[in-house]
Amino acid sequence: MNYNLNYLFLGVFFLAALVVPLLPIVLARFVAPKKPGPTKNAPYECGMETEGDTWVQFRVQYYLFAILFVVFDVEALFLFPWAVVFKEMGVPGLIAMGTFLGILALGLVYAWQKGALEWE
Amino acid sequence: MGMMLLRLLIPMVVILALAPVGMMYLTWLERKVIARIQDRVGPNRVGPYGLLQPVADGIKMLTKEDLVPEGADRLCHFLAPILIVVPALFLFTVLPFGPGLVAAPLTTGLLFFVAIGSTETLAIFMAGWGSRNKFSLLGAVRNAAQLIAYEVPLVLSLAVVPMVVGSLNLLEIIAAQQGGWFLFTPWGIAGFFLTLTAGLAEVNRTPFDLPEAESEIVAGFHTEYSGMKFALFYMAEFLSTLAISGLGAVLFMGGWLGPGFLPAWIWMGMKTLLLVFVMIWVRGTLPRFRIDQLMSFAWKVLIPLALANLAGAACWVLLPALWGNLLSAGLAFGTFLVTTQLWLAPKLHLPTHWLTKES
Repeated sequence: MNYNLNYLFLGVFFLAALVVPLLPIVLARFVAPKKPGPTKNAPYECGMETEGDTWVQFRVQYYLFAILFVVFDVEALFLFPWAVVFKEMGVPGLIAMGTFLGILALGLVYAWQKGALEWE
Repeated sequence: MGMMLLRLLIPMVVILALAPVGMMYLTWLERKVIARIQDRVGPNRVGPYGLLQPVADGIKMLTKEDLVPEGADRLCHFLAPILIVVPALFLFTVLPFGPGLVAAPLTTGLLFFVAIGSTETLAIFMAGWGSRNKFSLLGAVRNAAQLIAYEVPLVLSLAVVPMVVGSLNLLEIIAAQQGGWFLFTPWGIAGFFLTLTAGLAEVNRTPFDLPEAESEIVAGFHTEYSGMKFALFYMAEFLSTLAISGLGAVLFMGGWLGPGFLPAWIWMGMKTLLLVFVMIWVRGTLPRFRIDQLMSFAWKVLIPLALANLAGAACWVLLPALWGNLLSAGLAFGTFLVTTQLWLAPKLHLPTHWLTKES
């Protein structure tokens, strides 16, 4: 019962929370002036004319970090449930998780040695 | 039925009404503290001690024109400020402010907090992408890289608490600290500093505010926002700061536990504000990271330390008292030494010379 109530609360809270950002935006619609112009609506680049398209490819370095992150994030997914039952499992649990984390740590060391963590 | 409705409505109204007010006065506090650090007075014209300054700022923001740049992705641009504030508000639903003073006492409270908190990246990326501005896009990409890098040490350093308590429920975590705060255990103090450091990065505060580094990329992802939408980004940032401080207080400083002469929520408030103050203090003291230092620091310093701290906590639980204490203290002391370089050193002396290979 209480369990369901909590999630019901969170669902309703989502709708209610939308009011906090929407209210001032809607209010500003009525209060704020609206005088758009070609110069005013141009992208702001400290007075320089913008050059070329903005939506271009960005460097591959970000992608490498993203892949590393996915590995560690999946590990976090396993870590929390394991942490909850850690005391009951004792040493066997520690060995299991230690092996898992050890492999991950080795992966990090490998990526480090390969220079995937260097930012040039 | 009526009781149920009240149970739903009261916490909702309290959070939604108090959060904006709390955010307004956090801006005041931040400006006052930073001013004092920089030997200035800070806002003091509007109301006594400048206490009405946030109200004046709010009215000013409300009457500013809302600009959308040419060629922007209008839907992304419009949704981003909304989608960043909503999760920031959600963070307060699981934080306990006193016995019974918690909106949703989830059994998975800690996990919920981390999960909801990390969705803010998405909104920031939408803001940067939708603006179609090079500074914004650069800020957004930096932000994504930074947040995913610091998410890992944050999660790893938070995981020591459920390891020892055996629950993700924030109420049970507080109850487990009746005998003493986790801050005073070897893994606790290391976890506390790791959490605070990674948390600073997660809420984009100095020295981790590269996504909005004004000296490099104007205002980063919110360069093209004006008026109320601009204010909403600040609101989200301050709310997250408040929430992560609250989480730090709950996990490591005993939450609302305290001597009985003050009500529980005052203790919780005081601990939270203390951590907020530390965060402002850090902003007033430290310069900003460079992007290569930022990424190195997360992957090469914080993550190994957080892993060491996990091992420390495991020793502390499993080994007999003395050996457990000694081992985990040793591991945590190493962690402490390196992370406190950030806080205690007069200038930022990151051991970056061995982190970045000379090429």
